[in-house]
Amino acid sequence: MNGIAETRPAGSSDFGRLEPGFADPVRDAQSCFRAILDAMAHPGRIVKLPVSLAGAPPAPLGSAATSIALALCDLDTPVWLDEAAGAAASYIAFHCGAPLATIPGEARFAFIADPSILPPLDSFALGSDEYPERSATLVIEVAGLTGDDGAVLRGPGIRDEIRLGVIGVPGRFWTERAALAELFPRGLDILFVTGDTLAALPRSTHIAL
Amino acid sequence: MPSHSASQPQPETATRQRWLAVLAKAPSAQLEAAWNALADKPAHRALRRAETGLVMVRGRIGGTGQPFNFGEMTMTRAAVQLLDSAGAVSHTGFGHVAGRSARRAELVALFDALLQDPARHDALAATVIAPLAAQQEAANAVRAAKVGASKVDFFTMVRGE
Repeated sequence: MNGIAETRPAGSSDFGRLEPGFADPVRDAQSCFRAILDAMAHPGRIVKLPVSLAGAPPAPLGSAATSIALALCDLDTPVWLDEAAGAAASYIAFHCGAPLATIPGEARFAFIADPSILPPLDSFALGSDEYPERSATLVIEVAGLTGDDGAVLRGPGIRDEIRLGVIGVPGRFWTERAALAELFPRGLDILFVTGDTLAALPRSTHIAL
Repeated sequence: MPSHSASQPQPETATRQRWLAVLAKAPSAQLEAAWNALADKPAHRALRRAETGLVMVRGRIGGTGQPFNFGEMTMTRAAVQLLDSAGAVSHTGFGHVAGRSARRAELVALFDALLQDPARHDALAATVIAPLAAQQEAANAVRAAKVGASKVDFFTMVRGE
């Protein structure tokens, strides 16, 4: 595939800076997967990930973003990291074995540590009508998540409506996300993370600001 | 067999490959005994806990020497980091062994990390690697002699047209 850098082993000096991943890889990956599934099934619900990392998460990614990477990324999922998250590249290459995508459009998972430099949402893979699952999942580190103000979400998985306040994403994010809604079933699934909590904004959710 | 140079603080890749090859083929009991015999066991943590998987073994047998996939084998790998007195990582070791023994992969990784430490390298190379290497070489020689005794030379007396 184009745009995907070959995964190279980190230099021997880099190994000293690597931190261990999950304390118990199989169980931790399963319980994180379950929590992520729960968050995706209930858009806007703020879910605490049962995180048990054996070492420090690779800055600037927090423990939730790191656990998502460890639980979901593997050899078949090219990962794109924004400039701020670049420092986590060797951690993800070592623990997930995931190839690093050099452009957003090639990635199945994108980790955004600095939402202020978020690329336009339509630069990520949106899938096709035949294969909507060939799209990207965005993991965005935000300054905070609140449940009592912010955007009003409606759609599958939400009884009536739910509010989700996301601190730290630029205003253009919401207009770009609204523009993607009409492409359904194509689109992006978005996970907002802060610390060890996450909230999901799947492509099926409608947003009223 | 391996002659480990004392002067190199950062051992050459080939040297490291040699000791890893010797360790990977060493029996579990001998690795465990060598570890128990260590007077000052280093503080360490698992960078990647032992995990078992499959690797594709490739071979070249045909006349043209083209590689082909021979088959898959079970392999266990582990990575450990040695910690110094301040708790910082000093060396990182990797272990890959055939089969599914997690402890064996861990021990190989531990010895790999220890052998990278210039202060410990010479002693370990002499007391652990050299005896294991000699033993493996002797076993190979016995096997080679047995196989060699059954060698048949083919030659063509008359080439029929």
